[in-house]
Amino acid sequence: MNPEAPTPDAAVVVDRVSKRFDETLALDQLSFSVDYGEIFGLLGPDGAGKSTLFHILTTLRVADEGNARVLGLDVVHDLWDLRSRIGYMPGRFSLYPDLSIAENLAFFASVFGTTVAEQAELIAPIYNQIEPFSSRRAGALSGGMKQKLALCCALVHRPDILFLDEPTTGVDAVSRREFWDLLDDLRARGLTIVVSTPYMDEAHRCDRVALLQNGRILDLDAPDRIGSRYPLPIFAISRGSRYRLLLVLREYPHNHSVYPFGDELHYTDSRAGADPTDIANQIREYLTGKGFDGPEVRPITAGIEDSFMELMGAPVGEGESS
Amino acid sequence: MTAAAVEARDLTRRFGNFTAVDAISLSVARGEVFGFLGANGAGKTTAIRMLTGLLAPTSGEASVAGFDVYTETESIKCSIGYMSQKFSLYEDLTVRENVRLYGGIYGLSDAEIRERTQALLARLGLERSADDLVRGLPLGWKQKLAFAVALNHKPGVVFLDEPTGGVDPITRRQFWEMIYEAAAGGTTVFITTHYMDEAEYCDRVSIMVAGKIAAMGTPDELKDEFAARSMDDVFFQLARPEESAR
Repeated sequence: MNPEAPTPDAAVVVDRVSKRFDETLALDQLSFSVDYGEIFGLLGPDGAGKSTLFHILTTLRVADEGNARVLGLDVVHDLWDLRSRIGYMPGRFSLYPDLSIAENLAFFASVFGTTVAEQAELIAPIYNQIEPFSSRRAGALSGGMKQKLALCCALVHRPDILFLDEPTTGVDAVSRREFWDLLDDLRARGLTIVVSTPYMDEAHRCDRVALLQNGRILDLDAPDRIGSRYPLPIFAISRGSRYRLLLVLREYPHNHSVYPFGDELHYTDSRAGADPTDIANQIREYLTGKGFDGPEVRPITAGIEDSFMELMGAPVGEGESS
Repeated sequence: MTAAAVEARDLTRRFGNFTAVDAISLSVARGEVFGFLGANGAGKTTAIRMLTGLLAPTSGEASVAGFDVYTETESIKCSIGYMSQKFSLYEDLTVRENVRLYGGIYGLSDAEIRERTQALLARLGLERSADDLVRGLPLGWKQKLAFAVALNHKPGVVFLDEPTGGVDPITRRQFWEMIYEAAAGGTTVFITTHYMDEAEYCDRVSIMVAGKIAAMGTPDELKDEFAARSMDDVFFQLARPEESAR
């Protein structure tokens, strides 16, 4: 994987950044850049290094090696200039549970020397949704409402860039969709947004994404382009018991990988470059021979999650069992 | 008496004048993988606490593994397994110690614990990490281990509360294979998740909205009923009215 050459005048420039905690290399020579005005997604599971990277970019932690610039400012030397220009929503809910919605917001505004009234226009579209409950304690809010309040607090000093660390984790599918709609609106108003998520299906809401695993970037591009680089023929297969279908496909001689995907299986064939229609016919024959009635086998374009699994290969520890 | 593994009729729980769970009824068969879905705050956790014998219902009836949720809560606790994303294993105990501790809590004999620990570690490929602290394991491994531990006393029903949150996509799928295996062996799996693709992996799902079960059926039935392409769409149609009213 070639590290992307960082663009010097980008909104975020990360240049060979490494960070180690004891035995664990949390970030391993990470390089990438984020353009002004884009929604940039960091996709990866727990432990990929997403939060550590956010800590470094928001000036809360110093990298062991490498440099990073945000809005043209160095994250170590220019931290005081930088802090007032970034909005940060940490991965854990970090508002004051005993303060009300209105009190939390007023507090964060005062820390940055402003008032909620001065900034009403920017936060109005989000704040309006929680305003009816403004006297409720933050600790007593539902997941979706906590998340909206945290976003208001990160926005209340009118930052130029937003860092959102897993804002949608543990939030139900509906609230997640609404949250991404809010981010679209903010981007339309000129904000640059760097957002991390473990939900692969949120990739398509980003302009570009970096797939992060064990402190390294597996791939980085527009979501569609990552899928189009998938190296092998891939198929959606359905009909019959999914679990049995999985086990039978795993024994197929040309099987490269097979995973459940919603109500289908995604099967990747090891024959690179072969005609997908031929492969599909052969698999259909194979499955029919194994007693499946009229199996549906359809060549598809890989999605982000397919690509992620292909790129990450065996997870940590997998090699030890064999 | 019924053969269902989990059975509820008009199960209700009120806190003051707030009805968290509002007369839900469901019946989950032995060996079924049942997805218990709903938006945050819809009442899932309260319902699960009643079904696991941790919280007394206000009204209605329910039984789990044949035991009554009012009068036989201790028997329920011995007959079920439970794991969640938030709490599953003791981080400052080793893998082996966790397996032993839970075995002891669920009343396995020393001989049973020894024998099953070996088998469990071998199945997970964790023999070499047996004496490592759980804290150092990757999240995906912790969750697979927690599931195996929850099944180690061979419970009839296992409750999984968002077991796969934050887990990488490959491990998430390996986790589901463990679920299929357990179900094929006759264990009933009662699971909550925010991953809508995982809703498709369940034999049947129910969707809770504002304390009530708003829909229940196989994923195919629900997609037909709501003319939806995916479970994500079904969920969105159901949960949206409540969400926008907030």
